[in-house]
Amino acid sequence: MADCACQGNAKDDLDLTMLSVVFEAHANDPGALIPILQETQAILGYLPESALREIARQRDIPLSEVYGVASFYTQFHQEPRGETIVKICHGTACHVAGAPEITRAITEELGVGVGETSEDMRFTVEGVACIGCCGLAPVVVIGDQTHGAVDGASARKLAKQLTRKATR
Amino acid sequence: MTTAHSTSTGVTAEVIEIRVCAGTGCVANGSLEVAHRFDDAIEQAAAADRVRVVRTGCHGLCAKGPVVVVAPEGVFYPSVDVHAASDILEALLSGTGPAREHLYRESEDAEAIELYADIPFNTRQERIVLRNCGVIDPEDLGAARAAGTYEALRQTLENLTPSDVIEEMKKSGLRGRGGAGFTTGLKWQLAHDSEADIKYMICNADEGDPGAFMDRSLLEGDPHGVLEGMIIAAYAIGASEGYVYVRAEYPLAVTRLKKALADATAAGFLGTRILGSDFSFTIHVREGAGAFVCGEETALIASIEGHRGMPRPRPPFPTTSGLWNAPTCINNVETLANVAWIITHGAEAYASIGSATSCGTKVFALTGKVRHSGLVEVPFGLTVGELVHEVGGGCADGHEPKAVQIGGPSGGCLPASLFDTRIEYDALMSVGAIVGSGGMVVVDERTCMVELARYFLTFTQDESCGKCVPCRVGTKRMLEIVSRITEGHGEPGDIELLEELADVVKTTSLCGLGQTAPNPVLTTLRYFRDEYVEHVEEHRCRACACSALSTFVVVDSLCKGCGVCKKRCPVDAITGELKGIYVIDSEKCMKCGICETHCPFDAIERV
Ligand SMILES: Cc1cc2nc3c(=O)[nH]c(=O)nc-3n(C[C@H](O)[C@H](O)[C@H](O)COP(=O)(O)O)c2cc1C
Ligand code: FES
Repeated sequence: MADCACQGNAKDDLDLTMLSVVFEAHANDPGALIPILQETQAILGYLPESALREIARQRDIPLSEVYGVASFYTQFHQEPRGETIVKICHGTACHVAGAPEITRAITEELGVGVGETSEDMRFTVEGVACIGCCGLAPVVVIGDQTHGAVDGASARKLAKQLTRKATR
Repeated sequence: MTTAHSTSTGVTAEVIEIRVCAGTGCVANGSLEVAHRFDDAIEQAAAADRVRVVRTGCHGLCAKGPVVVVAPEGVFYPSVDVHAASDILEALLSGTGPAREHLYRESEDAEAIELYADIPFNTRQERIVLRNCGVIDPEDLGAARAAGTYEALRQTLENLTPSDVIEEMKKSGLRGRGGAGFTTGLKWQLAHDSEADIKYMICNADEGDPGAFMDRSLLEGDPHGVLEGMIIAAYAIGASEGYVYVRAEYPLAVTRLKKALADATAAGFLGTRILGSDFSFTIHVREGAGAFVCGEETALIASIEGHRGMPRPRPPFPTTSGLWNAPTCINNVETLANVAWIITHGAEAYASIGSATSCGTKVFALTGKVRHSGLVEVPFGLTVGELVHEVGGGCADGHEPKAVQIGGPSGGCLPASLFDTRIEYDALMSVGAIVGSGGMVVVDERTCMVELARYFLTFTQDESCGKCVPCRVGTKRMLEIVSRITEGHGEPGDIELLEELADVVKTTSLCGLGQTAPNPVLTTLRYFRDEYVEHVEEHRCRACACSALSTFVVVDSLCKGCGVCKKRCPVDAITGELKGIYVIDSEKCMKCGICETHCPFDAIERV
């Protein structure tokens, strides 16, 4: 593939040499674009434009294809994310057990909508479909801590603890 | 259902095994700390030669986690915390019988039940697929082998031709557990008959149904059991390479699967010339990246190839042209977990379980407003009501089940009046539901069926890959209509329009996602049409779940007069004095529900 002529407006000046291990590991694997994106995101925390360009160059495929894949899957993020990820389960069991109420409580308390990151980059709130502990519904995962049987009041408490920790 | 909890797993009579559930649900409830406490206490008592702790996969009764079962007898302790752990161990070591105060009781004043096999949750269950879940340490190949894993593989490679295996599968009546229910033996036959230099075997562990965790529990609880089935399948169809495609949100399953792969390879169950035969097979793990549609087989293949996970029209079916255009057989995790049992026990034994058209067992994730929520495995032929009431224990707090939603976003809602429907492929189909992958969510009168339909449509609309118009646009338009109905803006003719759209989306969408997306709407319309009509004509939601159609009131007897609601109300609709009674002006109230989530005493109610 010829180098893409457009320059984009990538301002990020990340060190992409870290990615060389990823490219080497998948050098002979034709279907490796998704694992490459996953590993890149694991290293950088998200997928900045410069990384997508580098992947396109290394794999000799159009940037549009890399972008197409990166934007298709919900796991990939093109923006940096907060330090703590708050996952609110929106699976069926959690939904009928009151996930909407919890969502309202948490987003209100944190001032961050679902799918958004707080301005100070402290937290990102995500809605996910089933975490696999439906028996404990409704479920919220903060960082790597799972909280079961949450209700509006306890959700608020959790969110408050989080903001308090963050300001400390 | 005594077989699963027998002592057949190599536990000698003298060694007591404390089986602590280390499945996702119990871990979230603190089971690892409990296991630690047992470890410490055993060390302190210098009893390691008599008692040992095993961290197992899911036992099933997630609602009562952390779950502990003491083998060989199978004594059951629910909701174990570190204090209970100390008591349990003390009782064990002193030989005075079980720690009675921590035994399971169906209700507070009921008799204690000692054995896990005897609790009502288990009496109708039959564990084939879950035979090792909750019994062995999933990270220990030795334990899996002691439980018989890989014996079926040995038997297959030594005594059976690929055609023999396929014949056996056909005779067993095993049908795919991933949703579509295609006969497994026939699928293997098709893949076997496709001539090619290279063929692929794929295990579908994308488990997309939001509210189901059967495949996750299997991979976490018995990864070798799944791998064994997959290797036998590969042998039958002649595949040399395989992939397990696991859902992104399942980190623990991925870890255990990878460990199992490495161990199985080191032990010669995978790799070149398996167990000295001519058969070679390797397995790669691919982690999904978060797209429901990738559970659909052609989309899954596109995803493994590194593309956007978009389905393509079939035929050609993957068994003819799949991964990199080679013949490919795709089976669900649970389907594969049945295979070794069938080889070991014979097709007849398997076919004798369940009913004539639906053989064997099915694992369900029984959740929602049911007392004993968790992972259950029951023979086909049980009725929905038996599952909900006997296994699930009905609803808690005097509520009655109103419906079950079976099969997630592709499935349907069955009203309580049809609870005598048998759990069988054809019987469920005839009432508009499906066996599906195994999500079963029980709802009571507090759930609005229109809102539930809206929930599933939101999901499918969000997950529609956008390739075909009926699904991309149709689900969007349907969602708009259902949303406005739940928001109190339903118009005459909306219900009919919804039905018409549902029909178009169902019949003209490219893949199973679109073809089944209208099902939750269609079945709620079929069985709960009154609720739709009430929303549209009377602006009333009988479940008080649609906030726009509810009136918020303060319950005087619960109100402590703290004034939080008044402070929080964004439109000053609440009046009252500290320590007095607060009142909501329903004219001013915009039904945002903020007071409800803020009230520390649950004193705000919807009527
Ligand atoms: C939208 C959609 C999602 C699906 N999701 C899954 C899934 O998560 N797991 C699964 O095993 N099958 C899923 N399937 C079914 C697969 O396409 C395929 O039929 C199945 O994996 C075949 O295995 P089986 O014959 O063993 O059931 C899905 C199908 C559709 C249309
Ligand atoms: S639905 Fe929330 S954990 Fe499964």
